[in-house]
Amino acid sequence: MNLKRVVITGLGTINPLGKNVPEFWDNLLKGVSGAGPITRFDASNFRTQFACEVKGYEPTEYFDKKEVRKMDLYTQFGIIAAREALKDSGLNLEQENKKRIGVIWGAGIGGLQTFFEECDTFSKGDGTPRFNPFFIPKMIANMGGAMIAIENGLKGPNYTTVSACASSAHAIVDALNLIRLGKADAIVAGGSEAAVTVPGVGGFNSMKALSTRNDDPKTASRPFDADRDGFVIGEGGASLILEEYEHAVQRGAHIYAEIAGGAGNCDAYHMTAPDPEGAKEVMILALEDAGMKPTDIDYINVHGTSTGLGDISEPKAILNVFGEHAYDLNISSTKSMTGHLLGAAGAVEAIACTLAVKNDIVPPTINFQNLDPEIDSKLNFTFNKAEKRTVNVAISNTFGFGGHNACVVIKK
Amino acid sequence: MSDITSRVKAIIVDKLGVDESEVTPEATFTNDLGADSLDTVELIMELEKEFNITIPDDQAEKIATVGDAISYVEANAK
Repeated sequence: MNLKRVVITGLGTINPLGKNVPEFWDNLLKGVSGAGPITRFDASNFRTQFACEVKGYEPTEYFDKKEVRKMDLYTQFGIIAAREALKDSGLNLEQENKKRIGVIWGAGIGGLQTFFEECDTFSKGDGTPRFNPFFIPKMIANMGGAMIAIENGLKGPNYTTVSACASSAHAIVDALNLIRLGKADAIVAGGSEAAVTVPGVGGFNSMKALSTRNDDPKTASRPFDADRDGFVIGEGGASLILEEYEHAVQRGAHIYAEIAGGAGNCDAYHMTAPDPEGAKEVMILALEDAGMKPTDIDYINVHGTSTGLGDISEPKAILNVFGEHAYDLNISSTKSMTGHLLGAAGAVEAIACTLAVKNDIVPPTINFQNLDPEIDSKLNFTFNKAEKRTVNVAISNTFGFGGHNACVVIKK
Repeated sequence: MSDITSRVKAIIVDKLGVDESEVTPEATFTNDLGADSLDTVELIMELEKEFNITIPDDQAEKIATVGDAISYVEANAK
C-alpha cells in the first residue's frame, strides 16, 4: 500500500514563553525562562512554590464569560492553540470537506482543577451529592479535542491520546498515520495541559519529582546540570496542522516541514523510573519508520526534564542509537525554558523542532553550569546559547510515566 | 423589583451569560436565553443554593421561564 506523505502547514501555541508562535520562538532563541512564583493558588505550604505558568492569561480575551465557566483551563489552552494553528495553515474550512479533517489531541491528565474543585466542594458539604452538571464534561481528558472540533465543525477522526508526558507526541504519531493511510486530509494534532493546581503540584511534590529551588525559580529547570533537582511544572497548549502533502500543494499552502516518521513503545519496566532500552528502541523505530539512518539526524529535542534519573538514561540511549554521530548532533532540552508541560510537552517540542528545521537554528538548553559527571561531556547539549546550523532533520523524544515513549521525525 | 426577583435575575445573568434586559418574566430558558439541558440543571442548583431550598425534579421540569422561577422561589423560599 502506498502511504501518503504528511507535512506541517500550521502552528499554534500558548505556553509559558508566549501566547503565540512568534513570541514563543523568539523567547526560545533568547533563552528566556518561563518560571515564576505560582499564582494559580496559594502555594505557601508547598515544597515547590513556583511553576512555568502562562503569563497574563485572561480567559475573556478569548472566550465569552459563559463559555469560560464550561471549559477547564486545559480545554481553553487547547482551543487557543488550535485557533492559531488553523489560521496559520490558511485552510478555508468553508471550502474543505470537514469530514476529512480530524482532531487528534493529547492530554496527560485533563481537567484536574475541575475535578479537584468539585470533590473539594463535596467533601466540605453535608454529604448531599450536589455536583455541577458540567463537572464530568469539563473534567474528562477528551473534551479538549472535542471542543476544538465543535468550534470548527471538524467531523473527521477525533480522539485523545493519554500517555502521561508522551500524550501529545502520541497524538502527532497517530495523526501522521491516519493521514498516511488516507483516513483524513488534515488533522489538528497537539495537546494541552493545565495541572498547576493544588493536587498537581502536591502530587508531583510527594513523588519528589519537582525542583524545590524556590529561591531561584528561573534557574530551576536545568537539564543535565550536576545540581538539577527535579522538573518545573508548566502549562499550556500547542497544535500542529498535519496535512496530506498533495492536498497542501494543491491549495498552495505554506509548508513548514515534513513529518517523516514517528513511533511509540513501552519500557514495560517501572511505573515512573525510565529504562534506557525503551528510549533507545523508540528512536530506532522512529528512524526506521522515516526510512532514515542515524547519520541523517542533525538535532534531537530531548525529553530532558531536569530530573535525576531521566537526564542520565536519555543520553545513554542516544549514544546507543547514534554511536559516534551522537557527538555531531545538536541536542537540547527546551524544557529548561518552558518547564514541563506534561501531556502538552510533545506538541510544544514538535513546534520547536519544526522551527529549528525551517530556520536552521537550534534553541538552547539554558541554566547549565556544571555537567553531571555521569553524562558524556562530548555530547553537544547546546548549552545556554542557541546555535545556527543546518538542520535537515530533527527528532523529538518524549517519555511518560508508565514507560510510554514516543519519537517524532521532522525533516525539511 | 422585589429582592427575590433581582436575586433570581442575577443568577440567570451570571450562569447563562445573557444581558439583564433579556431576562424578562416571559423569557424561556431554552428558547429565549439559549440554555441547554445542562445549563438548566445548573440554574436550578444555583437557585437551591441561593435560597436554601430543595426543588424536586418533577417541579424543576415545570420551571421553563424566568417568571416560573421567580414564582417558585417566592412560594417556597424559607
